Amino acid sequence: MPIVSLLAAEYKLFEVMKKFILKRLGLSVITVFLVAVIVFFLTHILPGNVARQYLGRGATEEDLVEFRRVFGLDKSLLSQLFIWIKDLLQGDLGTSMQYRGPVSDLLLPAIGYSSKLAGVAFFLIVPISILGGVVAAMNRGKKVDRLITVGGLSAAVIPEFVWAIVLVLTFGVTFQIFPVTAFPEEGNRDVLNQIWYLILPSISLLLVLFGYIARIARAGVIEALESDYMRTAVLKGLTRRQAVTKHVLRNALLPTIAVIASQVPYLIGGLIAVEIVFNYPGFGTILKGAVDARDYSVLQSGVIISSLVIVGFQLIADILFAVLNPRIRQKVSE
Amino acid sequence: MSAVPTLELRDLEVAYTVRGIDREVLRSVSLSIAPGEAYGLVGESGCGKSTAAFAAMRYLPRNGKITGGSILFEGKNVTDLSDDDVSALRRSAISMVYQNPATALNPTIRVGDQVAEVFQLSGVSKLDSFAMAQEALVKVQIADPAQVMRRYAHQLSGGMAQRVVIAMALASNPRLLVMDEPTTGLDATVEAEVLDLVRDLRRETGTAVLFISHNLGVIRHMCDRVGVLYAGALVEQGATAELFNNPSHPYTVGLLRCIPRGGLHKSTDRLDTIPGTPPALGLHFDGCVYAERCALADDKCRTQLPQMVTISESHVARCFRSDKAGSLPHLVEQVDFAPQSADKATHVGELLLEISHLSKVFTQDGNKVRVINDVSLTLGVGETLGLVGESGSGKTTIAKLLLGLVSPEEGGVVTLDGKGLAKTLNRRDVHDVGSMQIVFQNPDQALNRRHSVTRIVSRAVERLRSFNVKDSINRAHELLSGMRVDATLHSARPVQLSGGLKQRVAISRAFAGSPQIVVCDEPTSALDVSVQAAILNLLVDLQKQDGVSFIFISHDLGVVRYISDRIAVLYLGRVVEFGTSQRVFNGPFHPYTEALLSSVPNIDGSIRKRIPLTGVVPSPSNPPSGCVLNPRCPRKAGSGYEKLCETEEPNLTEVEPGHFMRCHIPVAKLKQLQN
Repeated sequence: MPIVSLLAAEYKLFEVMKKFILKRLGLSVITVFLVAVIVFFLTHILPGNVARQYLGRGATEEDLVEFRRVFGLDKSLLSQLFIWIKDLLQGDLGTSMQYRGPVSDLLLPAIGYSSKLAGVAFFLIVPISILGGVVAAMNRGKKVDRLITVGGLSAAVIPEFVWAIVLVLTFGVTFQIFPVTAFPEEGNRDVLNQIWYLILPSISLLLVLFGYIARIARAGVIEALESDYMRTAVLKGLTRRQAVTKHVLRNALLPTIAVIASQVPYLIGGLIAVEIVFNYPGFGTILKGAVDARDYSVLQSGVIISSLVIVGFQLIADILFAVLNPRIRQKVSE
Repeated sequence: MSAVPTLELRDLEVAYTVRGIDREVLRSVSLSIAPGEAYGLVGESGCGKSTAAFAAMRYLPRNGKITGGSILFEGKNVTDLSDDDVSALRRSAISMVYQNPATALNPTIRVGDQVAEVFQLSGVSKLDSFAMAQEALVKVQIADPAQVMRRYAHQLSGGMAQRVVIAMALASNPRLLVMDEPTTGLDATVEAEVLDLVRDLRRETGTAVLFISHNLGVIRHMCDRVGVLYAGALVEQGATAELFNNPSHPYTVGLLRCIPRGGLHKSTDRLDTIPGTPPALGLHFDGCVYAERCALADDKCRTQLPQMVTISESHVARCFRSDKAGSLPHLVEQVDFAPQSADKATHVGELLLEISHLSKVFTQDGNKVRVINDVSLTLGVGETLGLVGESGSGKTTIAKLLLGLVSPEEGGVVTLDGKGLAKTLNRRDVHDVGSMQIVFQNPDQALNRRHSVTRIVSRAVERLRSFNVKDSINRAHELLSGMRVDATLHSARPVQLSGGLKQRVAISRAFAGSPQIVVCDEPTSALDVSVQAAILNLLVDLQKQDGVSFIFISHDLGVVRYISDRIAVLYLGRVVEFGTSQRVFNGPFHPYTEALLSSVPNIDGSIRKRIPLTGVVPSPSNPPSGCVLNPRCPRKAGSGYEKLCETEEPNLTEVEPGHFMRCHIPVAKLKQLQN
């Protein structure tokens, strides 16, 4: 259909979608802001004295005063919060207590590394899990189905760091198929090689998330297979294969998209554990270092960034869901 | 029949595997449909109608299989055809139309693409297929096909969706069209349009049709020959008029007698029912499948399988006693309640409920939508007020307003027994709440499935009558027994009960607070006709016994006519006609009522000229100016009042004693036009 024939109804729909997206965006901003406030108060109020916590028992009173001055801890809580948020908005993540350098210098490269791992993991997990779910649904009640559903859930109950260790021991140490670290040595960092190094850590995440995503995809496909419109498609004379690809998948995978987005927090949580096992200089490793060293400024900013990522994915999932599903689009407009 | 039949079922047996056991659903069904013939299959739910339809399409559920006999299409055995060949057959020769058109369309694909897909399957290019899809939609009388093609299924009305499905089915120029309850769930006027369309298309294309319906009126209207299914067996078959005029199997006779057909009224006639319930799925029978429920059955019927007996050249029945079927004893349930006290009887007809100037405005998309507009009605003690109208006419909203579930606009007053009721339920006292109760269409959803039958009723007694637990349980048992729910079922959960029994429990619950008025919102629409008859009898008995008044909402005009003393006809939230049952159904009619009545396919087969309502029900957010019916009114043109109809909304005026109409055309003129 030519764009010129954009009907009034379609235009209205476009307006409605715009309104919907703006509304969701606004809600996302509020969510992140609340996370920021909560994180700030948790780090500043709960453990009591930040400077003492950081510098330890041996620090003198002067050390403490000096430390508080450098990190602005001598100001009132509210003005600290205000300054922190103002800095955040300007892209200033603060100064690391441990390294005395900008937090961004520490976090940004780490985020880059983590994104690579997350990306590889995502592109491994999503198609494999969905495929697994579809195959299980198409063979409902048969052995393949039981293998995928039972196997997937069994794999999911084992934490990713256990999987990571098992995988390293099996495929890295015993069979030596995959490298035991996730990060190739210098001079050997072309894209393919980097991906190759990230496969094993991704698989440990895959093993944990596969069960959930496959199960949702399976349920969606089964529901669509049993739907009246699937029956219509088959009775129109489509072969089963045509009917599945044309009529089932789009409807079936709608709920799966929402589930995948809701798994992003797990993915991030999983990343931290896996990165540590594979000694990968990503976001998780930095955060863990910050926790160990009680580096509150890094911790705060880290949490804000991960909440941004999570909220962002949720937003994307909501929008995708609405765009793909005309019924939701209609609901949105009501 | 000399020509090769389009479809032939030969001793077809189908079984469903339930918990590892094969259960027979179709028992040696044989029938044939000649080219161009319309064959109807009737029977109550669970009789195997739909299974037969899907078997003809070679489409059975995962646990279903053909266990015997064969299916022949144009003389060719297709019983064991491979999946690919069956697909090819469906692409080119057989098509189906389904009961629920809204779900039969894919919700995420545009309607046009779905119709075009059928053409693409037969090798038409994508571009051409869209032009052909548009033509196909024109054929099913969709006025604006290009626009409709761009819509999604949920944006279509039920009638429109069914037209699209029919267009899709006819796209392959099928030689056989299987229609499974194609108009069930549609409004009477829409149903009539769809049936007209099917009849026209059939005349044009000469397609053979297998038509499945539980509605005998529809079958009588649409089919050349009819088969009656009971418990998966074909018990009677014949040319339509012949079978309807001389039913020769006791089941057919019973089925026809259950229906509240034209002219029957609760004041003089009790409805027949069929005793017992249909047998469980897959039960084995030595004798006749119907023997258990048949008043004529003897030992032979129970031990020997009857064969088809020829009644006439075009009529057979599977019954040893078919000659006696016509004189089947009338089965009218025994009534053993205490006669109404003389005290109550004297009040019958006295004013009980007065609704005046009730309006309701909903806000939708920021627009004010007036769904109920200035409705005033009255109801007497021990009387039934029937509310009829198409979906969206405001029937259910009026019920909600009465019950206080939604609050009316300023100025609307509901007076019960001389006392003004509070606008909303939570401001009404227990007595007021108890005096007006409701029975819903779907007891499955209205009853708490975790509670026992006793608990459902006793809770209501406890709340509405302030009885203690023990007394309320006793009262619940009394009520349930009064509704003929057997004591053995009192501890059962709703899931364990049949639809009819569930509705009896729901009625018991409504009677917990000794109501003066019970609102019945489509109480029998989800039930089979034999069960419906029993429920209607029960309601009539309760009325005679307790002097209770009913507000009865139904789309089934036969049922409303049978049970109502007064009837209000609603259109777009307005009462367009109000009067005694007699007046409203015998005329002179309001033009809308006239169209509504003429759209019902009547079971006695008399041909009545259909008065069509053109166009669709306008949106209440943007009602037409003048009389709201005027753009669709069948009597406006040529009445001489066109101008007035288009500019001024008529008032509800008393045209005859006790008969009100909202119409500019004088009643004498209407009378003259309608004769």
